[in-house]
Amino acid sequence: MTVKLTVISALGSLVWGTLLAGMRVSPVPLMRGFATFYVNTVRNIPLTVIIVFTSLGLADIFGVTMGASDDFKVQGFRLALLGLIAYHAAFVCEAVRSGINTVPVGQAEAARAIGLSFSQVLRIIILPQAFRAVITPLANVLIALTKNTTVAAAIGVAEAAALMKSMIENEAQTVAIGAVFAFGFVVLTLPTGLFLGWLGKRMAVKR
Amino acid sequence: MTKVSVAKEDAVPTGELVVLKSVNKHFGALHVLQDIDLSIARGEVVVVIGPSGSGKSTLCRTINRLETIDSGAIAIDGKPLPQEGRELARLRADVGMVFQSFNLFAHKTVLENVMLGQVKVRKADKKQAEEKARALLDRVGVATQADKYPAQLSGGQQQRVAIARALAMDPKVMLFDEPTSALDPEMINEVLEVMQQLARDGMTMIVVTHEMGFARSAANRVVFMADGRIVEEAVPDQFFSNPRSDRAKDFLSKILHH
Repeated sequence: MTVKLTVISALGSLVWGTLLAGMRVSPVPLMRGFATFYVNTVRNIPLTVIIVFTSLGLADIFGVTMGASDDFKVQGFRLALLGLIAYHAAFVCEAVRSGINTVPVGQAEAARAIGLSFSQVLRIIILPQAFRAVITPLANVLIALTKNTTVAAAIGVAEAAALMKSMIENEAQTVAIGAVFAFGFVVLTLPTGLFLGWLGKRMAVKR
Repeated sequence: MTKVSVAKEDAVPTGELVVLKSVNKHFGALHVLQDIDLSIARGEVVVVIGPSGSGKSTLCRTINRLETIDSGAIAIDGKPLPQEGRELARLRADVGMVFQSFNLFAHKTVLENVMLGQVKVRKADKKQAEEKARALLDRVGVATQADKYPAQLSGGQQQRVAIARALAMDPKVMLFDEPTSALDPEMINEVLEVMQQLARDGMTMIVVTHEMGFARSAANRVVFMADGRIVEEAVPDQFFSNPRSDRAKDFLSKILHH
């Protein structure tokens, strides 16, 4: 469950975060304003609050059940995904935007000078170079996200932390159980960090 | 040169490709372009010279609207410069630009750099685009470097690729913004030779440069700028041997006498 949560919300937050980053550098003031507001709001709210809000607020009050009103488990999982994506996209956006800032302004000028449109400049010239520069910071976001999936336990998603809690309640070996789960997370995140660190070096754009 | 010599200052108005009318621009308190009037005829090579900070680079960049202007009008091939958007992108595709710092796309190979605009803007077929790109790279003398990345090339080679990239769009006019200023002295000539060849082939060119040799040999007209104004316009021989304004005399005495 933890892995499933991590993978889907990682992909989701990458896409949404990149879109937000695109908005933050776009020439349209409305989009810029929206993305800036979104990032500054969402990243300053504790994840627990966001996740709990998806359940208590969105689902119970507004009736947003993500098409799973009869199955509480599926509903919790989808709402947790929504919360995780919404939260981490803000961090992805800022990482990508800092990457955009590392791309020399001449690259965009040259791209505009041959007649590419704004979105083409962003997609073909700027983002590919920006992503290569921020693979390592993105790995940080990804690792944080992997660990933050534990917050989903708060709304009853049976991911690792929830599992651990029920095991500790039923078994006596509290320390051992804690150690096993901690080790499990290291097993998930360490290779991610090492791989992306290596990739970041390999893909770096030479200037 | 006989082919382009008809397109001198006194060219018929219909032949005018780029027209600037009382263009003004400020950078904050600095009035960088002051009432600039300039027209460039089809096939004409205009060299813009002047001291640093005189606004010549800015002038060059306003022509494809990399810099906006505060007032005045700019028209290319009879059409006024459109606002930001699809129309402007279309116009920029017709105006080739070569930068001081080359600005080749760092994550793409030399060949991809020259193909990109053809495929993405002109919607050309990939095969044809590659053929054309290779032909252009051959023309500027870097055909053997096609599969390398820009960072693996010398400055002179990069700048020649940048010229090929601009030419791939079949531009009506080429803008050169100090194309040799970032180059080692030994590489300047290889770039100037490519530009000379272009001029001989009848390309309309606006060249901002400090290369007086190029101005003398390739230009139809020299435009001298100082403090945001066009101070003097003349054919090269007349300008270099007998400048009219004091400002130009002063400038030439500083750069030619050592």
